[in-house]
Amino acid sequence: MSYEKAQSKNVIWDWLTTVDHKKIGILYLAAGAFFFAVGGLEAILMRIQLMFPESSFIQAQTFNELLTMHGTTMVFLAAMPLLFGFMNYMIPLQIGARDVAFPFLNALGFWLFLFGGILLNVSWFAGGAPDAGWTAYAPLSSESPGHGLDFYVLGLQVSGIGTLIGGINFLVTVINMRAPGMSMMRMPLFTWSSFVASMLILFAFPALTIGLLLLMLERLFGATYFGVDLGGNVIIWQHLFWIFGHPEVYILILPAFGIFSEVLPTFAKKRLFGYSAMVFATLIIGFLGFMVWAHHMFTVGIGPVANAIFAVATMAIAVPTGIKIFNWLLTLWGGRIQFTTANLFALGFIPTFVMGGVTGVMLAASAADYQFHDTYFVVAHFHYVIIGGTVFGLFAGVFYWWPKIFGYRLNETLGKVFFWLFLTGFHLTFFVQHFLGLMGMQRRVASYLPGQGLDQLNFISTIGAFLMGVAFIILLVTIFTSMKNTTNVSDPWDGRTLEWTTTTPVPEYNFAQTPLVRELDAFWYEKYEGDGKMKAAEPIGDIHMPNGSILPLIIAFGLFVASFGLIYAVYPLAIVGLIISFIGMFLRSVKEDHGYHIPAEAVKRDKDGGK
Amino acid sequence: MADNHTIEPQVLPPNPEKATLEGRNKYLGFWFFLGGETVLFGSLFGTYLGLRGGTADGPGPSDLFHVDLVFIMTMLLLTSSLTSVFAIINMKRGNYKGLLLWMTATVVLGLAFLGFEIYEFYEYNHQGLGFGVSAFASAFYTLVGTHGAHVTFGVSWITVLLIRYRKSGLTLTNAPKFYTAVLYWHFIDVVWVFIFTVVYLLGIGG
Amino acid sequence: MKFIWRLIPVSFILLITGCGVENLSALDPKGPVAEMQYSLIQLSLYIMIAVLVVVFAIYIFVLFKFRDKPGDTHIPKQVHGNRTLEIIWTTIPIILLLMLAVPNVMDTFTLADVGVGEEAEESGEADAEDAERDHVRIEVTANQFWWEFNYPDYDATAGQEMYIPTDTRIIVELQSSDVIHSFWVPALAGKQDNIPGVQNDMWFEAPEEGVYQGKCTELCGPSHWLMDFRVIAVDPETFDTWATNMSEPAEELLEPESEVAVDGRAVFEESCITCHAVGQDGGNIGPNLTNYSEREVLAGFLDPTDENLEAWIRNPQEYKPGNEMPSFDSLTDDEVTALIEYMNTLKVLEN
Repeated sequence: MSYEKAQSKNVIWDWLTTVDHKKIGILYLAAGAFFFAVGGLEAILMRIQLMFPESSFIQAQTFNELLTMHGTTMVFLAAMPLLFGFMNYMIPLQIGARDVAFPFLNALGFWLFLFGGILLNVSWFAGGAPDAGWTAYAPLSSESPGHGLDFYVLGLQVSGIGTLIGGINFLVTVINMRAPGMSMMRMPLFTWSSFVASMLILFAFPALTIGLLLLMLERLFGATYFGVDLGGNVIIWQHLFWIFGHPEVYILILPAFGIFSEVLPTFAKKRLFGYSAMVFATLIIGFLGFMVWAHHMFTVGIGPVANAIFAVATMAIAVPTGIKIFNWLLTLWGGRIQFTTANLFALGFIPTFVMGGVTGVMLAASAADYQFHDTYFVVAHFHYVIIGGTVFGLFAGVFYWWPKIFGYRLNETLGKVFFWLFLTGFHLTFFVQHFLGLMGMQRRVASYLPGQGLDQLNFISTIGAFLMGVAFIILLVTIFTSMKNTTNVSDPWDGRTLEWTTTTPVPEYNFAQTPLVRELDAFWYEKYEGDGKMKAAEPIGDIHMPNGSILPLIIAFGLFVASFGLIYAVYPLAIVGLIISFIGMFLRSVKEDHGYHIPAEAVKRDKDGGK
Repeated sequence: MADNHTIEPQVLPPNPEKATLEGRNKYLGFWFFLGGETVLFGSLFGTYLGLRGGTADGPGPSDLFHVDLVFIMTMLLLTSSLTSVFAIINMKRGNYKGLLLWMTATVVLGLAFLGFEIYEFYEYNHQGLGFGVSAFASAFYTLVGTHGAHVTFGVSWITVLLIRYRKSGLTLTNAPKFYTAVLYWHFIDVVWVFIFTVVYLLGIGG
Repeated sequence: MKFIWRLIPVSFILLITGCGVENLSALDPKGPVAEMQYSLIQLSLYIMIAVLVVVFAIYIFVLFKFRDKPGDTHIPKQVHGNRTLEIIWTTIPIILLLMLAVPNVMDTFTLADVGVGEEAEESGEADAEDAERDHVRIEVTANQFWWEFNYPDYDATAGQEMYIPTDTRIIVELQSSDVIHSFWVPALAGKQDNIPGVQNDMWFEAPEEGVYQGKCTELCGPSHWLMDFRVIAVDPETFDTWATNMSEPAEELLEPESEVAVDGRAVFEESCITCHAVGQDGGNIGPNLTNYSEREVLAGFLDPTDENLEAWIRNPQEYKPGNEMPSFDSLTDDEVTALIEYMNTLKVLEN
């Protein structure tokens, strides 16, 4: 494809075939936001049902489907893709790269995630969603009637492959594509934490792949792993699931930690305190994340020795997390703190996450966990860390990076209203749930009986959920009413890192000249120690770009079709789907695609025009 | 990249598979992929070890496994790893013909291995070890079958490469491809060594 | 932020004064196991509140002191870090965690040790009768969505309500007949899972007589939320009577006096006995009904009125979707009345 041809593509075709990490990032953000809204709606429906005891708003079976889909959607289809959106967009910019290592695979990862997500949600219209919880414990999952769990298995399998591909792509990008001078220990914390999260993805997701494979073979092909009568063992699923599942929560939280580590220094106008300690703590958390999976299984009966070991290992994670919290506080110390919406979310994160963290330590105490386990205490805990950590991080990232990505600044006043409503709603919803749990309300109940002292707190909790819902609507309003704030979008916050050195909108090739990095916080260094501009590591020249391709979409679509064939045991359809995928892969492997070059003159023209 | 055209062997850098950024990315990315594959097989091994006692009155490991058959399969796969090493040595020397020849030998040995595996499964099924007969049966077929699927994929991949590049000569584009394919092949071989030990030797030994 | 501040003291008061319904809440422990767990919860909470106070104090101070003031344009000093501080905030948390980890490990082992009679043996005070009543072993089988309690030493089986003697170590052997469930009596003890193909042992004691609420805490299907049970602690003599009568109901306790109830027994033997047992007779697909009329609740959660019983018999799926019991719509009104009359005579403790 020539440069001219690449410039004159139809808009829709361009987005369907794009291999540009920035466009893929936006696709991830858009799809993630959609699923976030779906998952949020499911949560509101559940909270309405739980507003009053013995409510009949939603039937028990539907409630189980809602709770399963809420968890699955939020973890796999909302939180991770939204983080992937920022990772895709920002990692290459932050390390001064023109692209990711595998643009084609990157696109494939997105389309696999999207088709997997759609597949999972199609179950609502195909006779019922999965109903065994997002953890899908066997044998409830392996024996669940209907096709709901089949959609779960295949939907997650397809989107999980996408995630794995994305993870490998980020790992290689970070290691091989850094600009000159951008040593590992000069990388922004968001890139660092995304790098560690990608490492976790790489080593955690295959365990889920196998778990899902077993569940699929048992449900659809007559295998038996969990059938006790035939020598099976139901605990194997729990081990496989949590060997994946515990690292998964760090996959969710680490990139959010990274976002806070960008936002707090920027708005305190101060370098991140203890950078190397922060990097080290991130690595330790990532490592320990693999050592603690059985703390989800204290009541399974794995014995006091295992329980004690996993309890102590779990508590150990509090140490590196504490290091992070104190380093953030010391970053603020002596700074000049600006209360922008992005920073409000980062500041709101600190106390909220600490509260979630301390309940985490309480849960780690195995003997006490016998009381906490599978109650609303646990529900409160993980919402404190996942909303207070990941979701606050995402919102901070949205307000922080929005100008760079979309070319306009979000309205700060509306943003602050959104923040306060969301924060209030959040604590109202989840704080009381700690007590509900200890007062005897178990998890995943479709309702509760009156006269157990649970009525008031559940009512309060639902009111909080409504507030969060309203807050989300205000966010949408903010997004759609702020479009005119297009001034000062290249570097609105006096940024410190390389993404703010690009023009907005960011050109396809990111950097006209690869920057030369001389310090941590490269841009800040040039602004306050140099002449305010990045030094170039190369002269302006032709820039090589990869060609777009429709093949990723086709490969993912083939697997989507094949999944239906498997779910409904229509094997010809499954074969057709697989053939579509294989043809896509075959074409990719056989057809050599050398991309095209953007001529130096065009780059120069952009550069002068952008000034 | 402008490295489409054939480069004369003497001009090729000493490690053609890592000469370009694309090649280096592919090389590193593939190592990461193999890291993930390790966890994948680790999970399958764990499952198998957890379930291998669950024969549910069906045939168990010591009823079924015969060391001679498995020994032949092991030798086939180990030899195929050796031939793929020869292929890479030839690649580094710039001997493209040698590369193709040794890769073809690898494919043939891989196919022979698959033939034995199909025979093996057929035979076990015949002896009453159906896929869903017991947890042991399911775990066995899943572990060994997943490995077999990897061998199948490897054979197809190398075959596609051989056909696609039968006349192109060694280039900076196809060198990383051959190299990663061989890396993959070695990985499959290592996994088989573990299967041989954990499944067959432990199974026959008790 | 103010909002959190207001909630913390409120919640703290709630916690230390105990809250929730008596004999249900884990915050109002009624036995040694729940007490041990409650004090561990308290210990961890106090340590964690100390952490919260320190973090929040620094946080508030920083936000107040270093906020951006109008007209201030100074560029803060770009500090790199401080090794001493890093060491301090690595070491102190480790010490705090050890304060929690050590008692936790000890408690974990204590709770896992169901071994009986050790204390009594050591002190040498146990007389023969005490030794016999050292412990009561109960096999707890969870089913979708009801509980079976089997007393192997007494040859007795009960459904839904688990009678235990006070001041006696109760050892429950948890099993499941279908999916995973979890056995939780918050006021007496934390939970352990009922897992198909596995047996988990757990112990607890109830010093006081009372009716304690129990729940299934592992998602097990649509009626998971209704899979409640009761633990009823009675004095040891009453327990003996109960267990003996459950095993072999005395004739006068079961022999219906009224003619209607005799008819009811016929209906029961016609329609119900395949699944429900009375005494030793009958199946165990549904709960044992030997002491039906002494039940606190019907089907685990309904008021045990005649109206509810009739409604339940006619359409159990409406109340507990997904349970195994078919609808007995075909029974005539007279038959149902008779059946209820008969079931109301099923008691083992009266006299």
